Amino acid sequence: MTPKIRSHISQNEPLLFERSSPGKRGYQLPPLDVPAVDAAAELGSASVRAEISGFPEVSEVEVIRHFTRLSTWNYAIDLGAYPLGSCTMKYNPRLNEYVARLEGLAQAHPYLPSSLAQGALRIQAALEEALGEITGLPAVTLQPAAGAHGELTGILLVRALLETRGHPRRKVLIPDSAHGTNPATAAIAGYQVESVPSDAQGMIDLAELERRVDDTVAALMVTNPNTLGIFESQIVEAAGILHSRGALLYMDGANMNALVGVVRPGDLGIDVMHLNLHKTFSTPHGGGGPGGGPVAVTRELEPFLPLPRVVSRNGLLDYDYDRPQSIGRVRAFYGNFGVLVRALAYILAHGGEGLRNATLDAVLNANYVRRGLEDCYEVPYRAPSMHECVLSDARQAAQGVRTGDIAKRLIDYGFHPYTVSFPLIVHGALMIEPTETEDKRELDLLIEALRQIAQECRDNPELVRTAPHNTRTTRVDEVTAARKPVVRWKPES
Amino acid sequence: MRYLPKSDAERRQMLDSLGLGSLEDLFAHLPECSRLKRPLNLAAGQSEYEIIDYFRQRAEENATGYPSFLGAGVYHHYRPVVIDALAQRGEFLTAYTPYQPEISQGTLTSIFEFQTMICQLTGMEVANASMYDGSTAMPEAVMMACRVTGRRQAAVARSVHPEYRQVHRTYARRQGLPITELGYDNDTGQIDLAALEAAVDDQTAAVVVQSPNFFGCLEPVGEAARLAHARGALLVVIFTEAVSLGLVEPPADADIVAGELQSFAISPCYGGPYAGVLAAKEKYIRQMPGRLVGQTTDTNGNRAFCLTLATREQHIRREKATSNICTNQALIALMATIFMSLYGKQGLRELAGQNLAKAHYLAAQLEARGARRRFRAPFFNEFVADCGGRSPPEINRRLVEERVVGGLDLGRFYPELAGSMLLCATEVTRRQDMDRLAERFFA
Repeated sequence: MTPKIRSHISQNEPLLFERSSPGKRGYQLPPLDVPAVDAAAELGSASVRAEISGFPEVSEVEVIRHFTRLSTWNYAIDLGAYPLGSCTMKYNPRLNEYVARLEGLAQAHPYLPSSLAQGALRIQAALEEALGEITGLPAVTLQPAAGAHGELTGILLVRALLETRGHPRRKVLIPDSAHGTNPATAAIAGYQVESVPSDAQGMIDLAELERRVDDTVAALMVTNPNTLGIFESQIVEAAGILHSRGALLYMDGANMNALVGVVRPGDLGIDVMHLNLHKTFSTPHGGGGPGGGPVAVTRELEPFLPLPRVVSRNGLLDYDYDRPQSIGRVRAFYGNFGVLVRALAYILAHGGEGLRNATLDAVLNANYVRRGLEDCYEVPYRAPSMHECVLSDARQAAQGVRTGDIAKRLIDYGFHPYTVSFPLIVHGALMIEPTETEDKRELDLLIEALRQIAQECRDNPELVRTAPHNTRTTRVDEVTAARKPVVRWKPES
Repeated sequence: MRYLPKSDAERRQMLDSLGLGSLEDLFAHLPECSRLKRPLNLAAGQSEYEIIDYFRQRAEENATGYPSFLGAGVYHHYRPVVIDALAQRGEFLTAYTPYQPEISQGTLTSIFEFQTMICQLTGMEVANASMYDGSTAMPEAVMMACRVTGRRQAAVARSVHPEYRQVHRTYARRQGLPITELGYDNDTGQIDLAALEAAVDDQTAAVVVQSPNFFGCLEPVGEAARLAHARGALLVVIFTEAVSLGLVEPPADADIVAGELQSFAISPCYGGPYAGVLAAKEKYIRQMPGRLVGQTTDTNGNRAFCLTLATREQHIRREKATSNICTNQALIALMATIFMSLYGKQGLRELAGQNLAKAHYLAAQLEARGARRRFRAPFFNEFVADCGGRSPPEINRRLVEERVVGGLDLGRFYPELAGSMLLCATEVTRRQDMDRLAERFFA
């Protein structure tokens, strides 16, 4: 096969502030069609600011060049595989961008009377219904802005339900393989966090759970498949233990890409879960957001969902604010509506069968990559992989090369690294999630790259330890960045 | 399915390498009882054309092309076309959070520029890489003030956006963080400073005001700061109309500024996605929530940027993190950064000046026809009109018949202001539409 990369020119580019010079402009306003107002007279001279010191003054073409050059310094899904475990970096269909920008959707003000916003309401209703069917849970809120925000919403729902039963309880149990957002969320919802060790197969230890669940435990937060990419095969039994003692089962839906159309969390005894629309449902990550974190719940939890709720009245859709048991709002308005539009477009494009086929391909890809690498890298847990596989650097560490080094070397081969050193229960983890939108050729190149790196670890470990070598920016000094934080530009004095 | 890039022959090859007979065999290890035994009850997959048609129909069910006088935290401003041209570049659109700085310098550099411009705009010394939106930035700012002061109470002006206050209540209630609400002066529409002085004590972590406030009025930020600081509390200043910062004195006396950047070329999009701001005095940087980009060098000595101070964050600190936030609004923050770059120092001031002029013209037209301005304090681009005994919902209903979207009925959030309407005019509001609104207001 043709190698994935060769080098080409990369432009340098100063910061905007360094490009700036007085009097340049990248805008033109139309003439004012009303009398101008003396700001000092209307607002009081003390309320009118001096010019914004340091703010850029650049022309339109410079803005285009500046940000275009910056963009070329990024790796992106559009350039190739982005196998970040637990991040589900799949193709972001451009159709979704197109429909989200239709004028009637993009220009809709959230305080339009509902009679003038029926389209926006119908989109929400349609997405709620689809996500309810996919999760097997009867009620969905679309308000949370991201996964962690959905987690917070979910745990607040648990708390609200338990309060009506008399006491919110004290603790939330979280497996030691969980994402960091889970314990951070539980703390913000006012709970103590108790970490639960996984068993030798990397799964929930039922005996351990039996021992720990008592009337101080509000919920178990579980990711399924877990962060090892392993399906929690005793999840139904775990739900039974929790429910028999009045506790609830929260599912982190970060890894839902392994389940859509094959397993419905609601059928497993899950009480409440969030989805990441920017993972499973293909909305773009955009360099860190925006996302969407809908939360799906059982009938029992429905009364506590954030307000308002979309309801049907006299044949029209409207908002119901009369929800006395609601936890309240978690965000202004109705969530990241534009993200909801994209997710619905994705669901419509696939249909039920297509969504299931995507799941099958996602799991096929992960297992194919694992098979291609398991003679070169340790596989710490032998259970079959779902949508991602976790390897370790145990063999390479003997040559003094760690997972972080291998990741940097993978950049030289033209790939974004996998997720490094996570989950925490695997020492030196390589967590690889190809997603279903990688073609076989790209997967073969990825496997070949990681195999060659394993060989380099034996033959020339220093080459790997000092990678990347082909990037315009070499390894950065993160220690100095943290020790002496410079988080804004200032003019040289 | 067109997004799945494999042929059946390739799938077969891959299954062969795994020693599996079919794709279903990949799930053979799942307990039988956990598997869905029927197809999902969803319509069959559709073509691009059909999906565009579906969303066009939905878009047509929303009011499109009506002149609108709604503001109240979401503003209609012009979006330069350059913004989408750049933000839709796949290198920005389809990149992840920049955890690998060697291949993420584009995102990192733009965030560093964003952080800098937010500091310049707000008069703060440090700003993070963005929050979900203004409404969630507010409780994060209050929780930050609690960490800084070691106190638990917040005193919040009722003139702060009502939905922001609702979100704050949701966050605070389950953590047992008490909130005192502070009234507004019935004459000026600004925070009641006497009530503020009486409410703040040595248990108060944060005093929260918004400027321009929900009624469009500028708040006496300096006075609020003085009263808060006298008792050792921090001042948190909220903004929802970022364009005001082109003209209005920035809240430099605040300790933390939390706001919403929707006005910077982000479509109203029925409530989101937007981008929240959290900025503060530098001494509080280690208590800030969210991501921060810092400057450093690479091994060749070139300037480079990376995520920094991550020991505040959930993926390192877990339950001891300053916040649970992970995903933020990077792409929206990029759009705002491009907006700020295009308008720049002169443009933002000129834009703010046009907003000021349009809103004051609208107020004058309404006053000329007998609609009293409800509050006396200086205002930026929105104001409260007393409907003179008429019902705002009734006025709005009639306006809709003429394909005009009126203002926000304030009775929705402030029962005592039923009979008043919040109206907004921006640079895109046309004079003829304002004249028509004024004519029809009491028709």
